[in-house]
Amino acid sequence: MASIYNLFIINKSGGLIFYKDYGSTGRLDTNDSLRLASLWHSMHAISQQLSPTVGCTGIELLEADTFDLHCFQSLTGTKFFVVSEPGAPGMESLLKTIYDLYTDYVLKNPFYEVEMPIRCELFELNLAQALRKDKLGLAGR
Amino acid sequence: MAGALQTRGGMRCLYLYNRSGVCLHYHVWLRTHTTLSPQQDQKLMFGLLFSLKSFTSKMDPTSVHKGNLGVPQFAGQGCSFHSFSTNTYKLSLMETPSGIKLVLVTDPKMGDLRSALKYIYNNIYVEYVVKNPLYIPGQPFSWFGLIYQVPAIQLCFR
Repeated sequence: MASIYNLFIINKSGGLIFYKDYGSTGRLDTNDSLRLASLWHSMHAISQQLSPTVGCTGIELLEADTFDLHCFQSLTGTKFFVVSEPGAPGMESLLKTIYDLYTDYVLKNPFYEVEMPIRCELFELNLAQALRKDKLGLAGR
Repeated sequence: MAGALQTRGGMRCLYLYNRSGVCLHYHVWLRTHTTLSPQQDQKLMFGLLFSLKSFTSKMDPTSVHKGNLGVPQFAGQGCSFHSFSTNTYKLSLMETPSGIKLVLVTDPKMGDLRSALKYIYNNIYVEYVVKNPLYIPGQPFSWFGLIYQVPAIQLCFR
C-alpha cells in the first residue's frame, strides 16, 4: 500500500461514510476528514457547472503537487476517492474493485443502513486483502 | 515547448486572474454549453480554484503542518494542484509567484500542459500585456484576443 495514502467514501449528500488512512505523514483528524469530504462533494458539483460541453459527470482525477486524487462516482451518487502518490498506476481499476466490495459486503449486509457510516467487518477484511493484492501486483510490474 | 498546444481543436477556453481574483481576460475557442453568464462563470471558476487550493493544501499527505482549512494563502504557499480532468474537459492551472492565475480548459485527451501555460505566460502575457505601456496593471483587458491573430502565436493554438 505504499502508493496509496487515503481512501474516502462519501454518500450522495456529501457525508463521509468511510475513511481509512494508509500511512500519510500529516494525518487528518476526524473533523478535517469530514470537512474535506463535504468540500470535495461541492467541488465535484461545481466542476460540472463549468464544463464547456454537455454531459459532464464531475472531476475524475485531480493532479496536485504531492499527490493524485482519483474519484469514481457510482450511478447512485456515492463517491469513492483514493489519494495516491503522483502518477500511481491502476487506480481506476482499484476504485472499481472497491466499489465491487462495497456492493457485495456493505449493501448486501442486512444490518447496514443506506447512507450511514460503514461499519462492516467483512468489507474491511476484503478491502485490506484487495489492497494487499494490489500492492503485490504493483511490485510485480 | 508549445508542442502540446499544436493539437488542433483541443482548446476550449482560457481564463486569466490577478491575485485579487479579478478576471483580467477570458477567451473562448469552443464552448457549446454554458449554465451561467460570463461574469458569474468567471467568479465561480475563481471560487472553484480557491477552494480546490485549500482542499489540496489540507489534504497534502506529505506535510505535517497544514494549517486550517479555508484560510487564504499566498501564491506558492502550501500544496497546490496543476490540473484536474473530468469526462468532458481538462483544466490546467498555472499560478505565478505574483499571484497571476492562468487557467486553460481543454479537451480531456490533452496531455500535460504545464509547459504550454508557461509559454503563454512568458511569450504572450508578459510580452504583449505587461510590456504594453498603455496597459494599467490590474485592469481587465480585451486585446489579448487580437494577440491570437499574430501569425507566429496563432500557430501555437492551431
